[in-house]
Amino acid sequence: MTTDARHWADGIHALFRAYRITLVSVVPDAGHKRLIDLCQADAGIRTVTLTTEEEGVALAAGAYLGGTRSALLIQSSGVGNCVNMFSLPSICHMPFFALVTMRGEWGEFNPWQVPMGESTTAVLEASGLTVFRTDTAEEVGPTVEGALGLAWQSRRRVAVLLSQRLIGAKRFGEGRASE
Amino acid sequence: MTGPIDRRDAVRRLLTDRGDLIVVAGLGASAYDVAACGGSPLDFPLWGAMGGAAMVGLGLAIAQPGRTVVVVTGDGEMLMGLGSLATIAVERPPNLRIVVLDNGCFGETGNQPTHTASGTDLAQVAQACGIADTRTITEIGAVDRLRADLHGAHWPLFAVIKISDEEQPKVLPPRDGPYLAHRIRSSLLGTAAALED
Repeated sequence: MTTDARHWADGIHALFRAYRITLVSVVPDAGHKRLIDLCQADAGIRTVTLTTEEEGVALAAGAYLGGTRSALLIQSSGVGNCVNMFSLPSICHMPFFALVTMRGEWGEFNPWQVPMGESTTAVLEASGLTVFRTDTAEEVGPTVEGALGLAWQSRRRVAVLLSQRLIGAKRFGEGRASE
Repeated sequence: MTGPIDRRDAVRRLLTDRGDLIVVAGLGASAYDVAACGGSPLDFPLWGAMGGAAMVGLGLAIAQPGRTVVVVTGDGEMLMGLGSLATIAVERPPNLRIVVLDNGCFGETGNQPTHTASGTDLAQVAQACGIADTRTITEIGAVDRLRADLHGAHWPLFAVIKISDEEQPKVLPPRDGPYLAHRIRSSLLGTAAALED
């Protein structure tokens, strides 16, 4: 099997190993399920579940101070929760890496996801992060590798958006509309 | 609720003969209290990131399992990050201690009352989150016992010290972020701090 034949999440997990990411913090999203499962099954990665996304920004800062590389896995709706906490890695010139699964775009069923989905890129960029976006499985590996390199080799704050088209729109097929 | 303990005295006692304790200080008066103890390369005082002090402490505790990490912060700062107490309870870092200096008010902004002034009990919150060793300290002798346990415990510890709301002279720690980050990293990691991440 070539690396291209793997699921894109397996490729990200392999890159975490290659870039010595040993701490992953998570507010779960269905789009991250496979990667979360891989990280939790990996004895070399400690996976921390957060109550809210900004906890992960502060956790990453503390881990960096102690010499540990980490990654934050969140959904686009959680980006807004992080805004003030982003000031910590920003003002201290710390590396920071986040993977953001997108809601509120391609094929979205739930309109309440749309406002934060539409502003995710702008909010991240306004907070000083460099943003990369991936729309296809083939792009994921090279994009994540480039983003990890920028974050850890050049100490930048970086987010990779995993688009809703890539992860698949959440299905609400069992629901019954009341109107 | 306001207590009888002088905050400077309490923090001075806690950090007496601190050895290689790592100290994360929450923004505002807590950071000034830690700075008033003389300052150490192993201090990481925050000037912002309100609500994040306990999680910065957890990150350091995970990255440095051979060291003890003490988070010294205020009731207002802790209230903004209550969820982190649940996260810390789940992670059970044996080398993390959180000390909340509780004066029941937002001291930096004009002494407006915090929720603890109306009865929110942070030690009970931490206990209910699953942190087994929690204490509320109302007399200075218990601060000395807490100081011993900062070094001696092998489990996460959460303490609330009821301090007076009397304002103390400001003793300002450095506020240059890259300097503070490099200072503690080079203390912990040596020259690798500059070469590695």
